[in-house]
Amino acid sequence: MEKRELPNDPMLRELIDLARKTQISRRAALAGVGGTAAALTLASCAPAETALTPAVDVSDTEPVLVWHNWTAYMDEDDEGNYPTLERFEQQSGITVDYKIEIDDNDTWYAKVKDQLELGQDIGADVACPTGWMAQRILNLGYLQQYDDANMPNKVANLAPSYLGAPEDPDRTYVIPWQAGFAGIGYNKQAYRDATGKDAPGSIADLWAAELKGRVGLLSEMRDSVGLVLMSQGIDITSAESLTEDAFMVAIEAIKQQIDGGQIFNVRGNSYLDDLATGNIIAATAWSGDITVINANEGTEDNPEPYGFVFPDSGVTLWADWFITPMGATHKKNVEKLINYYYDPVNAAELALWVNYITPVVGAQDVAASIDPALAENQLIFPNADTLAKSKAFRALTGQEEQRFSSAWQNLLLGA
Amino acid sequence: MAFVALGGSTAAKKQAPKKAGRVALLLLLPGIAYLGLFFLTPLFSLILTSLKTPSASGDIGRYDYAVEFGNYLFAVEQYMPQILRSFMFALIATVVALAISYPLAYFIAVKARNKPLLKGLLLTLVIAPFFISMLLRTFAWKQIFSNDSWIVNTLKSFGIFGTDSYIIGTDFAVIFGLVYNFIPFMTLPIFSNLDRLDLRLLEASGDLYANPITTFRKITFPLSLPGVISGTLLTFIPISGDYVVASRDFLGGPDTAMIGNVVEANFLRIQDYPTASALSVLLMAAIVILVSAYVRRSGTDDLL
Repeated sequence: MEKRELPNDPMLRELIDLARKTQISRRAALAGVGGTAAALTLASCAPAETALTPAVDVSDTEPVLVWHNWTAYMDEDDEGNYPTLERFEQQSGITVDYKIEIDDNDTWYAKVKDQLELGQDIGADVACPTGWMAQRILNLGYLQQYDDANMPNKVANLAPSYLGAPEDPDRTYVIPWQAGFAGIGYNKQAYRDATGKDAPGSIADLWAAELKGRVGLLSEMRDSVGLVLMSQGIDITSAESLTEDAFMVAIEAIKQQIDGGQIFNVRGNSYLDDLATGNIIAATAWSGDITVINANEGTEDNPEPYGFVFPDSGVTLWADWFITPMGATHKKNVEKLINYYYDPVNAAELALWVNYITPVVGAQDVAASIDPALAENQLIFPNADTLAKSKAFRALTGQEEQRFSSAWQNLLLGA
Repeated sequence: MAFVALGGSTAAKKQAPKKAGRVALLLLLPGIAYLGLFFLTPLFSLILTSLKTPSASGDIGRYDYAVEFGNYLFAVEQYMPQILRSFMFALIATVVALAISYPLAYFIAVKARNKPLLKGLLLTLVIAPFFISMLLRTFAWKQIFSNDSWIVNTLKSFGIFGTDSYIIGTDFAVIFGLVYNFIPFMTLPIFSNLDRLDLRLLEASGDLYANPITTFRKITFPLSLPGVISGTLLTFIPISGDYVVASRDFLGGPDTAMIGNVVEANFLRIQDYPTASALSVLLMAAIVILVSAYVRRSGTDDLL
């Protein structure tokens, strides 16, 4: 079994070869001292590779559910209450424990993966990871199937573009929560002061000498590398265009910017702090976040100090999905919750606050009746032209994911 | 473990009681059980994980038990810069912390010995940072050093700093954060040692016409060596493995990662558990070797 490609350095190559050759004799020796024996004992404790089965649903007797979600992802009033969620609690009698538990897909997965693997309760009945992560969890067989009969709104209002995926054609395992774009966010005044231009127009603008050391990147690989790949003319939706070689070319391009001191930092959602404290002037950013930072940092004279633009090569499109793991015991309650958020009235109220794309058909009409201008906001209700500028990162195989994410993370470690 | 290995030959054996009482053994039990449960078991599991190979299914994060020593070579080859950087940072930070802590500890323990109020106040100030979580304090420094802060702006306005220079994410910021966080760990052991320093020895030294420098070099410093040794160990070891300060979310940048950050990224983000475990084992081994060499060289075997 080849673990990895051998390094180029001939001496190291020889050393690794040597280590591999000596393995057999060492393994035999270790068996004597119990190394392998212990390994086998431990291996036998590992979960058997049989299919997991859903936990018993106790929704009828326990009107509760726990929800893991991202920050700034729920409408919030000045007292910090969640109006749409509270209305759901009143209407359904279900108490929702809403936990802002996901800061980053990878770290969240690392926290819950052992329970997922064993089919145990992960501490949440429903969570909303990003598409590729939801897909990974689905492929591993860790998810319960939702019952469409309990979610008439979802059946009626889920945007048809989300249907028809080979692994889940009717969306009964993973159901969209919100979607959004990754493009360029920037500090309007600082950008003008530094470059003399009004707004960045392309990824190449981020590499301008005037912005040296003042550029941020999202740590989400599919967005940051995706945007760079698109600027290099790669179609990130296609396996023919987005090959491993193409990916590594983009990684190399980002590496040059990091080594040259162009990029200040590469972070998760906290890139917003860097924008707010003035550490960075421009960054790859998530569409809805710019609305939030404007709401926080804007003044009466200058209500929108930050802007979000589409680079000329286009933006990446992502979605976060409802999932319910095998160990969750309140699936029926979750179905009620999903059904509630697929009511266009609730969906519109939520989308207008979080500023992300709602997957609920009919929400735009409701929004138009509240505020016609907002119903035209391309970040919430993108039209066909806008969507044509967006691309979703293609699905990766397990090996690809391991190699791509190693390359990306090692880049961020300065390796 | 390091100290058991080190003490072995001379001091420990001489003092070992001939007849170990049952009571003493009983009293040892909780300690042994604790070590077995919380040190040896994870260590064993760590070593087993470090030898795994990717499972045939090819799914991300799936590994099978094997005896793949290549993981260690891969880890060293791939992450040599971060390994060297960790020990370099730890060394610099320890030396700087010692340079700051020794005079501080000396002042509190010797100069302020007869002023209980001042001494108490100063000691409290040394310990005070512990009242606030280390994460918050490090985060505060991030704000203080941010590009729009008065520190950076002042440096720029005096021309010391270029307009495109910054502090956060540089080696300086990381070492500064490390020194800041570990100064109490350096100061307190040195203080507690100097606090017992017999001042009559210093008087005697003066009576024998030694100048203050000679007195310090021949009397004070050698006597305080056990405090210095434990202080440097208490700083150097945790700093080598620190992953908070150098993290990109705190004072670090894309090219300041230390071993701790590499282990974190491999465990949580790349899901490469064997490499992460191999690095952890290597870090532990490297520290044990470095520390034993250090302790032996300082000739303070029996002081520990």
